Amino acid sequence: MSGPGKAAGMPGRGEISLGARFVLLAAVSLTLMVVDHRQDHLSRVRQLLTLAVYPLHAVVDLPFTTWSSLASAVSDRREMIRENERLKTQLVIAQYRLQGLNALARENQRLRELLDSYEELDEDRVLIAEILSVDLDHYSQRFIINRGSVDGVYPGQPLLDADGVVGQVESVSRMTSEALLITDADHAIPVAIERTGLRTIAEGTGDSNLLRLPYLTNSADVVKGDRLVTSGLGDVFPAGRPVGIIEEFVMRPGQNFAHVTARPVAALDRDQEVLLVWHDVGEGHVEPAAGAVLK
Amino acid sequence: MRAGGSHWFAPAVSVVAALVLAIVPLPDSIAPFRPDWVAVVLLYWSLIEPRRYGMLTAFWLGIVLDTLSGSLLGQHSLALLLIVYLSQRLHLRIRAFPASQVATLVIVLLALYELVLFLIDGFAGRYVPLVERWAPVLTGGLLWLLVLVVVERSRQAAEARM
Repeated sequence: MSGPGKAAGMPGRGEISLGARFVLLAAVSLTLMVVDHRQDHLSRVRQLLTLAVYPLHAVVDLPFTTWSSLASAVSDRREMIRENERLKTQLVIAQYRLQGLNALARENQRLRELLDSYEELDEDRVLIAEILSVDLDHYSQRFIINRGSVDGVYPGQPLLDADGVVGQVESVSRMTSEALLITDADHAIPVAIERTGLRTIAEGTGDSNLLRLPYLTNSADVVKGDRLVTSGLGDVFPAGRPVGIIEEFVMRPGQNFAHVTARPVAALDRDQEVLLVWHDVGEGHVEPAAGAVLK
Repeated sequence: MRAGGSHWFAPAVSVVAALVLAIVPLPDSIAPFRPDWVAVVLLYWSLIEPRRYGMLTAFWLGIVLDTLSGSLLGQHSLALLLIVYLSQRLHLRIRAFPASQVATLVIVLLALYELVLFLIDGFAGRYVPLVERWAPVLTGGLLWLLVLVVVERSRQAAEARM
C-alpha cells in the first residue's frame, strides 16, 4: 500500500522532528476537512480515490455475490417451480392493475387536452443497479451500487424499488456510486399525504424503519395508516411514488408541531437491487432545489 | 535493526486485511462492536517499527478510510495521526511496559481515536450515536491482546525452529 512505498524513499525524514511532522500533516488533514465540508472542489479527488479503492469493494463483495449465485444454482427444483408459480401470479395481478392504469392515463391525457394543458407524459428511463455488500459506516444509512458515471448516473438521482422510494445517489465515481437511504439522518424528502394532498417533509432518523415528519401542526388532518407519496417538489423525485405509511400521530399541546412518524414502504434493509430512475426535470436544474437535498 | 525488519510483506498484508475487515458487512447485532481494525494494526506496526511506519502511513491510511466510509476527507487521517503521534512519543517508555499496561494504553489511544471522529462528526452536523460509539474501543483492546498473543507465539515458534 501507500505506507511502505512512501516510507521506502524517505530522504530528509530524520531532519524534521516528529512533532513538526504531526503538526504539518494534521494541518493538511484539517484543511482537507474544511474544504471538503464547505465546498465541492474535492469531488474530483474523491471520485479518483473511490476508483482507486474499487478493488477493495469488489473483494469484499465477491464472496457474497458468489454465494448468492451458488445458492440459486443449487436451489431445489421444487422451490424454483414454486417461486415461478408465485411470480406468474404476481405478474398477472400486476398486469391487471396496469390495464386499469393505462386506461386512466389515456383518460387523463384526454382531459388534459380538453383543458389545453397537454403535456407529454414521458416514460422514465430506468436501470437496475445491484447493491454491493459493503458496510460503510454502521450509523449512516449509505450504500454502494454497482453503477457509476459510465452508466450515466448523476448525483441526486432517485432510487426506487418495487414498493417505493429507496433513496438518492449522493456521489458518483466511474464504476460505482454512493447512495443515501431516505432514512439516513441527513436526508429529507418532500412528500404529500395521499388522502388529503397535504404537503410536508419527511426526514430520516438513522433507523431504517422510521421516518419523521417534524413540520405537521397539531391540527393537521393526518391519521395513522395514511399513505405518504412523493410530492414532486424539489424536482429530485418523480411525483406520486409511495414513500411510507403514517405510523403515529401524537398531538403535542403547547408546541408548534405534532409528533408524527412513518414507516417506509420500500424494503430498505432487505433490498439486493434497486432501480435507478432518469426522471426528466426540465432544463436549468443544475443544483437540486432546497428541501430535497441533504441538509 | 532486528532481522526481518526490512521486508514490508507482513505489514502490507495486515493493512489490506484490516481495510477489508473494516468494510465487510456484519449482522446488525454485532456490527456496533466492530473493532477499529485499521487503527489497531497501524498502532501495532508503528510501535514495532516506528521509523518506518509513522505519520505519513497514518495520513494515507486515513485518507483511504475516509474514501471507504464516505466521511470527510481528512477525518480519519487526523484521528490516526494523533494516536500514532502519541504512541511514538511514548514509544521508548512503552517498550519497557508490561503487556497489560501497553494494552491499557492502547485502549486509551483507541478511545481518543473515537473521540476525534466523534467530535468531527458533531462539527460536520452528522448523526452521532452517543453510547454505542464506544464499543469498538473495548473490542479493539481485546483485539490488541489477541494480536500480541498470536505474534508472540509465532515468533517463539520461528525462533525454536532456527
